[in-house]
Amino acid sequence: MNYFKKRNGKLRLSLTGKEAIAGVLFILPFLIGFFGIFLPLIVESIHFSFTNMEVSSTGYVLKPAANNGLEHYLRALTIDPDFNLQLLTSIGQMAAKVPLVIIFSFFAATLINQKFHGRAIARSVFFFPVILTSGVIMGLENSDLLLQTLSTTGESAEDMASFLNMARFLSEYTNLPASVIGFLSDAVNGIYDIVVASGVQILIFLAGLQSISPSLYEASSIEGATAWENFWKITFPMISSMILVNSVYTIIDQFTNETNEMMTTIRDTIFVDVKYGYGSAMAWIYFICIAVILIIVGGLISRKVFYYDER
Amino acid sequence: MMKDKEKKKASGKNTDFVKNKKKITPARVGRFLISVVRGVIIVGICFVILQPLFAKLCVSFMAERDLYDSSVKYIAKHFTLDNYKMAIEGMDYWTVLIRTTVLSVGISLLQLCSCLLTAYGFARFRFPFKKLLFGCVILSLIVPPQVIMLPLFMKYRFFDVFGIFQATTGASVNLIDTYWPFVLQSATCMGIRNGLYIYMLRQFFKGMPRELEEAAFVDGSGKLRTFVQVMLPSAVPMMVTVFLFGFVWQWTDTFYTSLYLNNTKVMSSSLSNLAVGVYSLYENNGGSMNFVSPGFVSLMNNTGTMLAIVPLILLYLVCQKYFVEGIERSGIVG
Repeated sequence: MNYFKKRNGKLRLSLTGKEAIAGVLFILPFLIGFFGIFLPLIVESIHFSFTNMEVSSTGYVLKPAANNGLEHYLRALTIDPDFNLQLLTSIGQMAAKVPLVIIFSFFAATLINQKFHGRAIARSVFFFPVILTSGVIMGLENSDLLLQTLSTTGESAEDMASFLNMARFLSEYTNLPASVIGFLSDAVNGIYDIVVASGVQILIFLAGLQSISPSLYEASSIEGATAWENFWKITFPMISSMILVNSVYTIIDQFTNETNEMMTTIRDTIFVDVKYGYGSAMAWIYFICIAVILIIVGGLISRKVFYYDER
Repeated sequence: MMKDKEKKKASGKNTDFVKNKKKITPARVGRFLISVVRGVIIVGICFVILQPLFAKLCVSFMAERDLYDSSVKYIAKHFTLDNYKMAIEGMDYWTVLIRTTVLSVGISLLQLCSCLLTAYGFARFRFPFKKLLFGCVILSLIVPPQVIMLPLFMKYRFFDVFGIFQATTGASVNLIDTYWPFVLQSATCMGIRNGLYIYMLRQFFKGMPRELEEAAFVDGSGKLRTFVQVMLPSAVPMMVTVFLFGFVWQWTDTFYTSLYLNNTKVMSSSLSNLAVGVYSLYENNGGSMNFVSPGFVSLMNNTGTMLAIVPLILLYLVCQKYFVEGIERSGIVG
């Protein structure tokens, strides 16, 4: 692209050049934040992963790790018996849960976007999971040992019963393969987890649905379209960009939330075992996996996403 | 006018009623069934969400001995408001509430502004390395703060911009225990999950038609003015959502608040060691408690959680009407 042009022998900005400058000015806050604050921290963290930290009373000293600094990476991938297994388990769990969360939150958002009595109350209730899964509230819930023991004894019995019923019902009356039945009954029994995990996604979908202009529906209804056609021809394309956002966010959230097994291991390695280098190396391998998955999923979904303005 | 309207309404209802009685069409039955099914599903999901919260609310009214009584599940035998009194005192609730509200509102508005600008820049302009830079947005979302905790603390403990402070005053600045780290992080899109906000808003702006902006440009409006006066009014639902997320996550955040604020109490930090705080307060006033029992901790946690959640719910109730208003405003689009 030509950002400059010659006029009267002088070099001037062309229209594309002006646009580029305006764009850079708009994203300036992010540029400062990323290159001024975030990137140095990231570089430092990568540096940690190639070194051994020795903490002393005056501060810390970094010494290069063995094998050209690759010691921690090699150890995680080839020696540590748990790491690879945990990595695969995390990915498997993510793959099972993300579609459920997306489908459920889309369903829930369309449900509470309709007009019915008590809509305001229902919307407020759907906002609760965002509060309940955040920071200190989640921490308190997990640390409350007394209530946990009191409630789990009751729940586990109920869980057994509902699982048995659901699975038995499906296997007796349908011809579904066992794996599908297992998946479905897990989904039904884990409904609380799924509902709680999809609080953010429901609100994103809701805001997306709210932003669709009603005049589109009016026009198509006048032309004689049914509600079904409206959904697939208007709602779905207009919301598709939010489906992409939600998929990306759900994947990231599943991988990096504080209850994730891999994250717990990394945190414990860093703060309990005080192995900053090894923990950082594990974290970076993990992030590279997440990034690869995100690129694949994002690439697949963004092919189908409809943008009003393709550019 | 009013009377006419009322009459119309009344007569409309009457005719509806008559029609109802006369014809039961399949379409009508279908619609009724759908609304019943919808109601059941919504009530069911609401129950799943509310049940744990309801349990907390019930526990917060119990005396400690009710917790060990297996015949008590939800309704307290010894109903008491002492938990709330103690928790409010132990958290220094009103001071902390005002402080946290100011902090959270300020931070989330700042995040909203910086993310809106960045998102619009990514959605509408072409500039070199755009895709790579947008990948950086996602990267900032992927890396969880725990991994960069140590360097982050160091950065604000010995804060310096290109060595300017070092050169002029001879020492770097200690920003720990001030609000500056929060302000800096959120003004530069590096606050809690700001990558998500940028992504959401960018997707939204990309979905908007370009004709409106072009019309504004032709009428001689600058880029920033077009953005503020033409694009933002349609983005109200998205902006409210981003504001709510920012507020809630700042409100309940323990990671950054415990990292940056050692002596200043905010909601999340006073909540996380509430039971100990109440206990020591009680001891200082001449009371005696043998030890901090798990039952007492549980009571205080539940009461404190309720106290911390209530302002968030009120905020949501205020904000949620903008979801509906957003439709009418964005009616110009399309």
